[in-house]
Amino acid sequence: MKTRTWLLWAAIVLITVLPLYLNSAAPGSEGMFGGSDDRAQQAIGTLAPGYTPWFAPVLAPASSEIASLLFALQAAIGAGVIGYWLGLSVARERARNAQSPAQSSAQDPHAD
Amino acid sequence: MHIMEGFLPPAHALGWAAISLPVLAWGLRSMGRSLHAHPERRMLLGVAAAFAFLLSALKLPSVTGSCSHPTGVGLGALLFGPAAMVPVGFVVLLFQALLLAHGGLTTLGANVFSMAIVGPFVSYAVFRAAARLGAGRSLAVFLAACLGDLATYVTTSAQLALAFPDAVGGFETSFLKFAGIFALTQVPIAISEGLLTVLVVNAMARFNAQELRALPVMALRAGKGA
Repeated sequence: MKTRTWLLWAAIVLITVLPLYLNSAAPGSEGMFGGSDDRAQQAIGTLAPGYTPWFAPVLAPASSEIASLLFALQAAIGAGVIGYWLGLSVARERARNAQSPAQSSAQDPHAD
Repeated sequence: MHIMEGFLPPAHALGWAAISLPVLAWGLRSMGRSLHAHPERRMLLGVAAAFAFLLSALKLPSVTGSCSHPTGVGLGALLFGPAAMVPVGFVVLLFQALLLAHGGLTTLGANVFSMAIVGPFVSYAVFRAAARLGAGRSLAVFLAACLGDLATYVTTSAQLALAFPDAVGGFETSFLKFAGIFALTQVPIAISEGLLTVLVVNAMARFNAQELRALPVMALRAGKGA
């Protein structure tokens, strides 16, 4: 399991990093690694040149710094909860392992 | 996959909202019932929601030279059923629409439909099909999360093509254009999400066997060496 877990992590990192070097867009071209959402917006501009958005965002981040702050916050909330669960799980497993030698003789041997 | 604020004509915006709203209500009820019956699953549902929060904040580079983000809703769909992930996806999208000007309130219905409805349901269906065909747990989880992610972006492409058909080629030409932007970019990212979901499910199988015993995802034999 250990090796397989590491291999999976390595694959994820590779898939994420490699596109920075291998991609179909010309190097240095404008909008390199911009959001696909923005590209779609440009495509709408060419398909329907007359279209104007009829509603504006209620609250827009004041700058791209503020936007990255909020994105980082969103990721941190998610990662925090996952970290809490992983930490708790590892501690619980450890406690169970520490207890089991003492209890196993008294308990039903078939339980788990 | 976020359709920007104001970028769907009013009729489309309303239509997608009308489709998504009842599904959201049903998802909330189904989630409530499931937590009532299995309060011990509360923490794992929290983890599934956190996974969606985390992943949808990460914009990853892709081979097309643009960036896109995974959705993270496949994990929860496999564990708790697709309905449970509708409210979760809704909360993520609402957060981004209100605070980040990413997506929008007028396009919320369409975005909920692609990310919180189509994604989880496709994930769940792929998982069931893979399981029936005899796939091991890891393979089934990978395929489900990966294809569910991709399905979300194909849906977004179709939604935009419906709203903005090409003057000459109509829906089809426009769909291919948007799919070239969204779905193609998404391929490596969907693969990453699939692999990451396998890692999390493996960890859950190890640490939370008790809570997950009754769930279909744990009934599958673990892949070789897992």
